[in-house]
Amino acid sequence: MAGACVLIAVLALAALAPLLAPYDWNATSQCRRLAPMSESHWFGCDLFGRDILSRVMYGARFSLAMGISTVAISLIFGALFGITIAYRGGRADTVGARLIDAMLCFPPIILAILIVAVLGVGLWNAALAVGMSGIPRFARITRAATLSLVARDFVEAARSVGSSHTRIVLRHLLPNLAPILIVITTLDLGSAVLFTATLSFLGLGAQPPTPEWGAMLNAGREYVRYAPWTMVFPGLALFVTVMAVNLVGDRLSVVLDPRQRS
Amino acid sequence: MSRLLSRLLGAILTLFITWSVVFGAMRLAPGDPVLLMLQGTPISDAAMDAARTKLGLDQPFVVQYLTFLADAVRGDFGDSFRSRQPVVKLIGDEFPYTLQLAIGGFVVGVLLGGALGIAAGIWPNGWIDMVCMTFALAGLSLPSFWIGMILIQIFATELGWVPVLGSGLDALVLPSITLGLFIAGGLARLVRNSIIEVMAQDYIRTAYAKGLTAVRVITRHAMRNAVIPPLTLLGIQFALLIGGAVVTETVFARPGIGRLLVQAVLEKDFPVVQGVVVLTTAAYVLINLLIDIAYGIIDPRMQA
Repeated sequence: MAGACVLIAVLALAALAPLLAPYDWNATSQCRRLAPMSESHWFGCDLFGRDILSRVMYGARFSLAMGISTVAISLIFGALFGITIAYRGGRADTVGARLIDAMLCFPPIILAILIVAVLGVGLWNAALAVGMSGIPRFARITRAATLSLVARDFVEAARSVGSSHTRIVLRHLLPNLAPILIVITTLDLGSAVLFTATLSFLGLGAQPPTPEWGAMLNAGREYVRYAPWTMVFPGLALFVTVMAVNLVGDRLSVVLDPRQRS
Repeated sequence: MSRLLSRLLGAILTLFITWSVVFGAMRLAPGDPVLLMLQGTPISDAAMDAARTKLGLDQPFVVQYLTFLADAVRGDFGDSFRSRQPVVKLIGDEFPYTLQLAIGGFVVGVLLGGALGIAAGIWPNGWIDMVCMTFALAGLSLPSFWIGMILIQIFATELGWVPVLGSGLDALVLPSITLGLFIAGGLARLVRNSIIEVMAQDYIRTAYAKGLTAVRVITRHAMRNAVIPPLTLLGIQFALLIGGAVVTETVFARPGIGRLLVQAVLEKDFPVVQGVVVLTTAAYVLINLLIDIAYGIIDPRMQA
């Protein structure tokens, strides 16, 4: 419940940032450089005199958008691959499963960095890299779930009445896969937001002056000794958001997964 | 023996596929490798062609691929574009620091995660369980780069209890805590669930019925079975630590292969990128193979 409330608040903040933010996120010289917290600048100012509160608010848009995009990429392509190889079975499934196992041998951050090396640094390249690094995990889970469904009588019955493969997948398999897909998507969203922020922190994702939380932490790193507020508030926003998403994901998995309910 | 052989062949096949992916990715990377190697130094066309021949770039694609595989097995990834040193030497210089950090993070993660998970599993659904699991979830949600900077500010800068930089064990404290917090989160949840499942088994009920104390039941009967699922996770986590130390190395300005990899990407030093990724995946596959073998020894049912 608390997680859901916080998440709704963060989403509302992201949506209403243009109305709620006291200053333009990119307007420099709003105050003295690295100015501490004050009545007019609740979170202080950064190296360029930009209001940190406004940047944190707008940062919710970038960080959440990147997280949602990465999970969407992992879900769509991972689920598509997993369902396809499991439904086709035989050699396609054997080869596909081996490919998934091999891709899972890349530590996710290493795989994402490798993809960024190919695509180049940047906000959406990092999102694409993180999304692609999540495809093997989604594919493995979807494959396992599809294999158990394909063996069930209702699929055999659909085949026997002449349903096309597309119809069987869309009308019979996907609705039964939906609960597990929702659970893994929600569970993964928190780590996706964290992962994309990590790449931005390393300088491989969002580039200045984009107010993405990871990039803000990277920028504030050099001045943390003199101006700790440059890293406290973006980091706190990131932590609170990820924690809220994880709480919601946990709750959803208990509700939707019958094994966890018992 | 046949199970071991099949695992070994599977590991070799997996390595073959991962290294092929790395080769393909590096060929897709933008930029001419010769121009990147020269880093802006002017050179004649004839010299460029000679450099291309030396790197084997004039060979057919299949020959380049097979040469890459053969070189990867021998640990030869060429020279760094930036420093002109052999890639394997650069990695060899940095790897011990990453290994130190991975071991430190692993120890912290196991101790903290194990303690939280055991406490939550033995007293489930009470306030102890709630507190432990909240800590565990917080560990999973904390940005490691943020908590690292906070720990530096409080314990190194303000209090001066530990140094930020240095080669001693005390300089490893904060980085290990930073790295270990994330493992602790996942491990605590798994240990808790595993203990709850084991404690519901009939043989545990029998042990209590025979009059054994709770301590004896948990330590002699429950723990050995409860440890099996977390053991698998721990092995995977240790392998992931090798790659995941990249953030911690950056925050604490520690040498290591993670930091080497990030710098290589930013500088488009592709031989280094290639070498680090190939060796990291090889380490991951090897560790998973060892876990698989250990799993079979600990749980005789897995040998069947």
